[in-house]
Amino acid sequence: MNDTPDQRVPALKTMYRFQWEPAQAAHVLLYPEGMVKLSGSAGEILKRVDGQRSIAVIIDELKAAFGGAPLDDDVRNFLAQAQSNGWITL
Amino acid sequence: MAGLPSDISGRPLWLLAELTYRCPLQCPYCSNPVDFARRSDELSTADWMRVLNEARQLGAMQLGFSGGEPLLRHDLEELIGEARRLGYYSNLITSGVGMDEERVARFKQAGLDHIQVSFQASSEELNNFLGGTASFQHKLDMARAVKAHGYPMVLNIVIHRQNIDQIEDIIRMTIDLKADFVELASTQYYGWSKLNLDALLPTREQLRNAEAVARRYQEMMKDRMKIIYVVPDYYEERPKACMNGWGSIFLTIAPDGTALPCHAAQQLPGLTFPNVRDQSIEEIWSHSSAFQHFRGFEWMQEPCRSCPDKTKDFGGCRCQAYMMTGDATATDPVCSKSPRHGQLRAEVERIASLAGSSAPAQPLVFRNSRNSRALSPPVES
Ligand code: SF4
Ligand code: SF4
Repeated sequence: MNDTPDQRVPALKTMYRFQWEPAQAAHVLLYPEGMVKLSGSAGEILKRVDGQRSIAVIIDELKAAFGGAPLDDDVRNFLAQAQSNGWITL
Repeated sequence: MAGLPSDISGRPLWLLAELTYRCPLQCPYCSNPVDFARRSDELSTADWMRVLNEARQLGAMQLGFSGGEPLLRHDLEELIGEARRLGYYSNLITSGVGMDEERVARFKQAGLDHIQVSFQASSEELNNFLGGTASFQHKLDMARAVKAHGYPMVLNIVIHRQNIDQIEDIIRMTIDLKADFVELASTQYYGWSKLNLDALLPTREQLRNAEAVARRYQEMMKDRMKIIYVVPDYYEERPKACMNGWGSIFLTIAPDGTALPCHAAQQLPGLTFPNVRDQSIEEIWSHSSAFQHFRGFEWMQEPCRSCPDKTKDFGGCRCQAYMMTGDATATDPVCSKSPRHGQLRAEVERIASLAGSSAPAQPLVFRNSRNSRALSPPVES
C-alpha cells in the first residue's frame, strides 16, 4: 500500500490513447468512438502519467518545467477528476 | 458513445469508412440504402489508402470500419495497419460473422483499437430470426475472443418493438460477456427500417418499461460498465442534433466512394454527392456544394431560422424532414414547433394501435439483395 496520496502512481486505462494532434494543436484522449480535446495543462499532466511516475514525481517535474509555480493542488484535482471520468487508475 | 468535444468543429474528425454493402446478415432495420444491391461497385485498396491519408491530414482522428460487413474485405488487415500508422483511433463495427479468433489476433497486431460486436437479440431464436442467419453462438464466441485479446468491448444492440421487451435479458447477456460499454441503440427510421416502421416502432408503454430497466442497470453497474440507451426520437419534443450539424465533423465514404455528410444522406433529392475517385477529401469537405448545402443556418426556414435552439440541434435530421414533409429544408417534425409535428404524433398513434391490435402483423422486409433489387429500379449511369 502507498503511505500518502501523493505516492500513488496514476496509469492511463488501456482503452484510452493519449496523443498530440497537430491539427488541433492540442493533446487528445481517444477511446472507443469518442474523443476529448485536452487543455494545455491537462496535456502536460497526462503526458507524465505513465504507470511509473507517482503523483509527487509528476508535481515536482511540472514545477521544474514551469518555474516553480504552486500547482500541487491543480495536479491533484485534475487527476482525481480524470479518475472519476474513468480515464486513469490511481 | 459519441463523445464529442464541443469546442472543435469544422474538420472531419470522424471518418466512417463503409467498406462494402455486402453482408451475410439481413437485419430488417439495416441503415444501408434500400437499393444497395444496385451499388455493388467498390473502391480499391489503393483508393481507401488515399482516403485514409487525406482525411487524416485534414484532422480526422476517429475511424470506423463498417459496412455492410467490413470483414468481407480481404484488405481489412492492410487498412487497419495504415490507419494505425497514420495515428487514427480505429473502430471495427461488425456483426462478428466472418471473424475467427485468429483474425481477432491479427487485427490486434495490425493496430486495431476497438471492436464493436452487434447482437440482434439475447435469445438465439430471435437473434437468428432478425439477422436471417444462424449467427448467435458465433457472436458469443467472438465477443469472448474480443475480450480475451484485450480490446475494449462495446456491444451494440439495436432496440425496436420485436426485442424491446427482452431488454433485461439483453443487458444481462452483456454483463455476462463483460462488456465495457453497451449501446442500446433505438432504431433510426430510414433505409430498411423505414420500410418496416410499422413492425419496429415500440409503443410508449414499452419504452417506459425499457427505460426503467435500463436506468436500474445503469445505476447497478455504474463502476463497471457504461450503458447507453437513447429512446427513439419519434417520441421526443426536440430533435437530435443530427450529425452534430451537416458537414461539421462527420464524413462518411460509401463503398463506391461517394462522400456523404451522413450515411443516410443519399436519399435526399437535388444533391449530387462528390466521389473520392474524382476529388480529394479536402475539395469535397471544403468546397463541394453538397457539403456546403445545409452547413450553418442560412438554408433554414421558420420556425428554425429565428429559433434560439438552432445552435443546439441544427434543426434536426434532414432525412427525417424530407421523408415526412417532402422538403429537406423543413424543420424536423420531431420538434414540437414544427407545423408537421401533429402529423408525426398521429403516425405514432396509428402504429401504436397496430401494435395493440390482433390483426396479423405485416411481415418484416429483410435486407437482402433479392429484396433490394425488387424494391429499387436500376441506377442509371
Ligand atoms: S444492420 Fe445487419 S444487415 Fe445491415 S450491415 Fe449491419 S449486420 Fe448487415
Ligand atoms: S424550431 Fe428548429 S431549431 Fe428550434 S428547436 Fe425546433 S428544430 Fe430546433
